[in-house]
Amino acid sequence: MIPRPRPERFRLRRTMMFMNAQKPGLIKDAYIYGCDSIMLDLEDAVAENQKDAARFSLYHALKTIDYGDTEVIVRINGLDTPHWQEDIRVCVAGGADGIRIAKCESAQDVLTVEKAVEKAEEEFGVEKGRTLLMAALESPKGILNAYEICSASERMLGVAISGGDFRKCMQTKPTPDGIDMVTARGMMLIAARAAGVQCFDTVFTNLDDQEGFEAEVLQNKAMGFDGKSLINPKQIRFVHQVFAPTEKEIIQAEKIVRAYREQSAAGVGVFTVDGKMIDIAFIPGAERTLKLARACGLWEGDLV
Amino acid sequence: MEILKPAMAGTLESSDAQVMVEPGEDGIELSLESSVMNQYGRQIKATVLETLERLGVENARVAVVDKGALDCTIKARVECAVFRSCGQSAENIPWGGAVK
Repeated sequence: MIPRPRPERFRLRRTMMFMNAQKPGLIKDAYIYGCDSIMLDLEDAVAENQKDAARFSLYHALKTIDYGDTEVIVRINGLDTPHWQEDIRVCVAGGADGIRIAKCESAQDVLTVEKAVEKAEEEFGVEKGRTLLMAALESPKGILNAYEICSASERMLGVAISGGDFRKCMQTKPTPDGIDMVTARGMMLIAARAAGVQCFDTVFTNLDDQEGFEAEVLQNKAMGFDGKSLINPKQIRFVHQVFAPTEKEIIQAEKIVRAYREQSAAGVGVFTVDGKMIDIAFIPGAERTLKLARACGLWEGDLV
Repeated sequence: MEILKPAMAGTLESSDAQVMVEPGEDGIELSLESSVMNQYGRQIKATVLETLERLGVENARVAVVDKGALDCTIKARVECAVFRSCGQSAENIPWGGAVK
C-alpha cells in the first residue's frame, strides 16, 4: 500500500501524459518518464466493454505502484455515460490526486462531480477536499462557460482544451499556425487566469511531425499556458526545455527577489534593478521563475 | 461469491494476464500457464488463491495465462473475472473491502 501525500492544488504541471488505465504494461512504470503528471485514462482509450476491467486495474495500480513525485490524475467518463459514478468511487478509494472531468460544459457539471467525490470521500474515509478536479473543455459551450467552470470549486486545479472534439464541433482541422484554435485557447487562458487556476493545451497527435509539435509548444509557451497534455514520452523533453526559464531570466529573478527582501525590510516600496523599475507586482512572477528553475534542475537556491 | 457463469478478464499482452473462471463443484481447480513459470509460478498461484479466498469464492475452475504480470495486475484480472461471472462488475465494487 503506497500512501500518497496530500495533492497540491498549485504545482508544476508542464507535462501531463495520457496512459490507458486498462494496459498494465503502460501504467506499471509510467513514473520513469519524468513527466510532471500522468493521466490514467478510463475514457476514450478504454473500450466500452472493458470499463469494468480498467477500474480494477486502476485501483490496484494506485494502491501498489509508487509513482513518487509524479502527480496521478484520472480521466473519468463523461457525465452522459453510465460509467462516471463508479469511476469517481474508484479514483477516491484508490487515492488518485485528481480527477479530470471529460466534456465539461458548465459549472453545474463541476458541482455534480464534486458532490459525487465528496460522497466517495465519506464512504472511503478519505480526507474531505483531498481529491482535486480539473475540467476538459471540448465544445464551444465549454469554452464560452470557461470562467464559471474554472471558478466553480475550491478543488479546481485547472482547465485543458481538448482539440479533437473541439475541432469536430467547429468543423475545422489542425493548421500549422494554430489559427483554427487560437480564439478558443485565448478565451480559455483568460478565463483560467481570471479565476486563478492553471491552463493546459491539448495533445499533438501526429508523432511523426516533430517540427509541427515544436511550433505548437513554442506557441503554447508564448500564449501563457502552464503546460501541455501529451500522448507519448518522447514529447516530454522538448516541452520541459521550452517551459524552462533561461539563465538570464533566472539571474534576473534572483536579483529581484533578493533586492525586494532587502528594500522592503528597509521600508522602500519601489526601486531599480539593472536600470528597471521593480515593485511588489514583479515579485510573484520572479518567485514563479525561481520555482520553475528549481523544478527544471537549473537552480538550487533557497530564496523560495 | 458464487461463480454463476463463465467469465474472462485480461489480455495476452506483455505484462498482462488472462483469467478465465467457470462454475466448479469441488473446491478451486487452478490451471496456470506462465511465461515466467520457473521464476514466479508459485508466487502467482498464491496470489490467485489468496484473491479468490478474499472474494469468498469456494468452488470454481480457474485458468490463468500469465504474460509476466505484476501481482497487482493478477489480482485485478482475477477480481474482474469473478465480478463479471456474477454480473456485478459494473458498479458498487467494494473498493478497499473484499477488493484490496
